[in-house]
Parts: sequence; structure tokens; C-alpha cells
Amino acid sequence: MLDIECAGAEVEETIKRIQSQKGVQGIIIVNAEGIPIKSTLDNSSTVQYAGNVHQLLMKARGMVRDIDPQNDLTFLRVRSKKNEIMIAPDKDYFLIVIQNPTE
Amino acid sequence: KLLSFQEGCYKPIVFVDQMAIHFELEGNLVHKESDEGRRLMAKQAEVDDGGGVERPDNVAIKAAKREQKLTNQFNFNERASQTLNNTPRVRGPTGYISEVLQLRWLSKKYDLTDFNSGIQKMTCILFSSRMRLISKVVKIIERMVNQNIFDDVAQDFMYFEDASDEFRGEKGTLLPLWTFQYDKAKSLSVTALCWNHKYNDLFAVGLGSHEFTQQGGGMLLFYTLKNPSYPEFIFNTASGVMCLDIHEHLSYLVAVGLYDGCVAVYNLKKKTDQPIYNSRASSGKHTSAVMQVKWQKDDLDSNHNFISVSADGRLVSWTLVKHELVFTEIIKLPVIDTIPDDLKDVIPTVGTSLDFHKQKDYSFLVGTEHGKIHKGSKYYSSKFLEKYDAHFMNVTRVKWNPFHPDVFISCGWDWMVKIWDQTMKSPVFTFELKTSVTDVAWAPYSSTVFAAVTTDGKVHVFDLNINKYEALCQQKVVSKKTKLFNIEFNPVHPIIIVGDDRGHVTSLKLSPNLRKKPKVGDALILCIGLQ
Repeated sequence: MLDIECAGAEVEETIKRIQSQKGVQGIIIVNAEGIPIKSTLDNSSTVQYAGNVHQLLMKARGMVRDIDPQNDLTFLRVRSKKNEIMIAPDKDYFLIVIQNPTE
Repeated sequence: KLLSFQEGCYKPIVFVDQMAIHFELEGNLVHKESDEGRRLMAKQAEVDDGGGVERPDNVAIKAAKREQKLTNQFNFNERASQTLNNTPRVRGPTGYISEVLQLRWLSKKYDLTDFNSGIQKMTCILFSSRMRLISKVVKIIERMVNQNIFDDVAQDFMYFEDASDEFRGEKGTLLPLWTFQYDKAKSLSVTALCWNHKYNDLFAVGLGSHEFTQQGGGMLLFYTLKNPSYPEFIFNTASGVMCLDIHEHLSYLVAVGLYDGCVAVYNLKKKTDQPIYNSRASSGKHTSAVMQVKWQKDDLDSNHNFISVSADGRLVSWTLVKHELVFTEIIKLPVIDTIPDDLKDVIPTVGTSLDFHKQKDYSFLVGTEHGKIHKGSKYYSSKFLEKYDAHFMNVTRVKWNPFHPDVFISCGWDWMVKIWDQTMKSPVFTFELKTSVTDVAWAPYSSTVFAAVTTDGKVHVFDLNINKYEALCQQKVVSKKTKLFNIEFNPVHPIIIVGDDRGHVTSLKLSPNLRKKPKVGDALILCIGLQ
């Protein structure tokens, strides 16, 4: 059991590291139903991001699966003028990281 | 009457012709409802009452006595004979999803107005205990973030080719790429580097100390080029790591040699911090620092094994058998002539480097502290086949050429790098680099290219096909006063990694002039012939 507990601590540490990387503006963890679980941004932005990303993710995943049913989405990057939104989906959760790469 | 097990009671049976009575016993039990039984019970009660009329408490005692449980084996369990029964498993809905559904059902039933925030709070609390579920995704995200941060370096690594090499004649340059450092390893120096052959972006770094007076703990770190900011695997060791080797086929097995003489084997697939095998308690353990370990082919019983050379002068083979390391002594390094006979057993010859031939893997070379190189074979355990007087001081590295079967290179603290043909007693090429040479490596893409690192922080790259007398590149890659200790070429990509005494590993890209593949068959034979 000890190694499972340690894995949880490792994940926490990794998230802290990501947060401290250059240019990272926020991290949001959202569960499969679209409810944000953990966030480093304020409430309103979090809810906005979570809702919108959820829809985009479903569409993207649907598209990948449509073209090849054996395939699945690994990650999605949305580069905009001001920043970059990186989304990585998992079975029950997905992670959103907003980074400003040129900072 | 017969006892019928099916119905659990006595049943009267009819007398059958074929029935023969073997045994008959008159019982002395009387049914209590029958007349005789009632009469007997009445008598019994009379006797009891008669005795206890004068003293009322006696009746109570007697009654209590009658109530006292008889300790027969049907209804009495002594504690010692009880078995521990696990609590029966409640087979109801379990798990995270069902908890959320239960919550939702609960909130609907009791019409909670703050439904959303309640759900959110619960899911948050439930989630923090299950963080490990997103570990894979978090890893991917970390790599993506790092790719963005080091975007220019990644682009250089993939696509940059120095165009000015055409105008530079034969010289080349090294382009610095990522630097790998770990803040907990600040006080340690890099002692070993090894690329993983299966996953070409993964490499292992052994950290310890070269100084005798500054010995502390050690570390084994694994970095990937995809994440330059944090190691993938971290192992702490009790003593400084002096050498390491990754198994050629099973890339999750890593053999490590420590300063205190122990050898350990780590399995990267296991999540623990401890090695799966450790020679700490073993009887054949080295008494001094282990300088080099090399994995061998599996032996006849399909056991994995590796060979180590140590400062106590012994070459020992370690076999991984079930849960322990079994040692077999291979050979002991010969003591040099200047030591008097009576001290020959006491003062060992420090072995500093070991390399096995790529094709004929029974043939090996050992470099010693006295500057000699001994060529031996696994089949001859009594003496060495050949001795080369290579250097005046410590031989820091000896390596067979991966293409040519007879050529090997050696370097030492006496500022020299020498290239040998094993059939000749004197070196074929000699290069003097202005300071102690700490490591040398052959390039995997060409038989004539090699690189050396020195204690003044410079990397020297040679290509014997192009220039037999001087280096094509002599570049300082670390800040002042930092010594370089290790160098390794990546098996696939055109990059090299160098380790220094600050615990940093720097990756450098070779410019096109340094990566020329020889067009003619075996260019090295030509070179040696001309010399």
C-alpha cells in the first residue's frame, strides 16, 4: 500500500513543479463530468475553462475515434495569441494547463 | 427407530423381513413429556426444594448453578481455539463513482439547495486521496510544458545543422543543448553515465565523489531528453556511486558499483527505492571501491550476470540467482614488480577500468592505477594474456573500438590518449591533451571518431580519417574551474553528454564536420597502415 500512497504524493509534487515552471499561468483538474476539482485560478475562470474545454475535448476525441475507432486522443494544444492551453485527457479526468510560452 | 439425517429426526421404521439385528441396547433416556419422565422430574424438584427452604439465597444460588453453562464442546468456545474470522465483505456499491452517485441521490432525496457546491466539495475531498489516478496524464502535461519552455533547444536538437562548417575547413563545433541538474545532487560529482539502448532518450547518471576525503551518500538518477527539468527516476544510495551499466536487452536492469565496495542491481519497473539485489551481506564483496561494472550475456542457466572490477584488484563475476547475488572470482590483477615479495598479497593493484570486446566477449581489457593495461580472457583465470605499458599514471578509461576487432583506446592522468592495436606492444597513435584526461569514448557511427574530456572542462573530438594529428574540435563546455569526468555518445542521435564535478550533465550536439561517416570500407585499417 505504501507505494500507492507515495504515488499520490509524487503526483502532487509534479503538479507543484508544473505550477512553478516558467510562464505557467494556471492548472485545472476536471473530472469526467466537467466538475473542476483542483484549480490554481479563480473560481469564475476555472468554471469557464472547464466548461468550454470539456466540449472541445469531446468533439476532438469524437473526431479522432471517428476516423479510426482504435485510436484515442492523447493531448490537445490550443495556441492562441496570448497564451497556450494544453489539455491532456485521461479515463476519468482531464488536466488543463495554461502557459504563456514566450514569457 | 432410526435417525434420518435427511429430516433431522427420529423416524419409526417398519420391520422388514431382510433386516437382521446385529446389536441392541436398551437406552436409559426417557422422554420428558412421557408419564415416567414427568414423574422423575417431579421427584427431582422435590429433592432440590427440600434442601433449600430455610435459606432463600440458596435457591438463587442453586438456580444460578442450574443456569450455569456447561462447558461441553457444543456450546462453549475457549478463546484459544477460536479462529480469527475476517469481517464479512459488505457487497454493496463501492468506489469513487458510486460515492458520487450516492451523494447525488442523497442530495436529491433531501432536496439540498446547495447541491452543486456540496457535490464539488465531496468530489474534491474524495479526489485528493486518489491523486495517483492522474499520474500518467500529469507526466504528459509536464513534458508538454517543458517542451514549450525549451522549444528553441528542442528545435536545435532536431533540425539545426551548423552551416558555417563548410567554411571552417575540417573543424567542427559542439552546440550546447539542455543542461540536466538536480538540486539535491548539488554537492555530488558525476561519476558515471550510460545511455539506455532501448529508449534512446533515457540516460542514467551515477553521482558520488572522486575524492577519498569527501565521501558521503550517492545517487542514481535517470533523465530523459523529453523532460530536462526533473529526473525520471531517483535512487539514493548509502555510498557514492562509482560506476553503472544498463543491461543491453533488459533495459530496466541497472547494475551499480559503489565506493564502499558493494554492487547493487536496480529494477526500474519496481517502484521501490531499494535495489532488488545487493551484495552488502555477501561474502565475496569487494573490500574497496568498485570501479567498473559490465553486464554479460546470460549464462547457461539463463541467469543474468555481470562482472565488476574493483580497487582491491579483483575481477568478480556476480550472478543473479533467485534472490541473491552469487559471486565467482574471475582473476586477480597482477602486482607490479616494484612491490617486495612479502607485501605482494597485501597491496593490491587497483583496477580502474574494464571493457569487454564487442564480438569476442570473452576477451577483456583492464586498466590499472599504475598505468598498465592487461588483456585477459574469461577462459583463462590464472593469468593475463598480454600486458601493455600504456601510461605513466592512472589509466582512467580503456575501450575497444566498436567496429575494428583489434583496436582499443586508452586515456590517463598523464595527459595522453593512446590508440592501440592489440597485436602490437606500442601504441599506434598518441595524442597529448594539455591536462589529465578523465574519459574517452568511441563514436557509434564511425570507426575513426572518438571524443575525450579533460579536467580543464574541455571536450576534444578527433576523427582519424580526416586529421591524424590534431583534434577537430577542442571546446570548453563548462564554466571555469569545473572538471569534466564522463562522456558518452548517444547511440542514435548526434549528441553527446558530459558529466562534471558539480553534478550537472550537459548535452551537446555535434556539428556536421564531426559526424562524417567514412565512405571507404574500414578506414581505420588504412590509417594504421599509413602510420
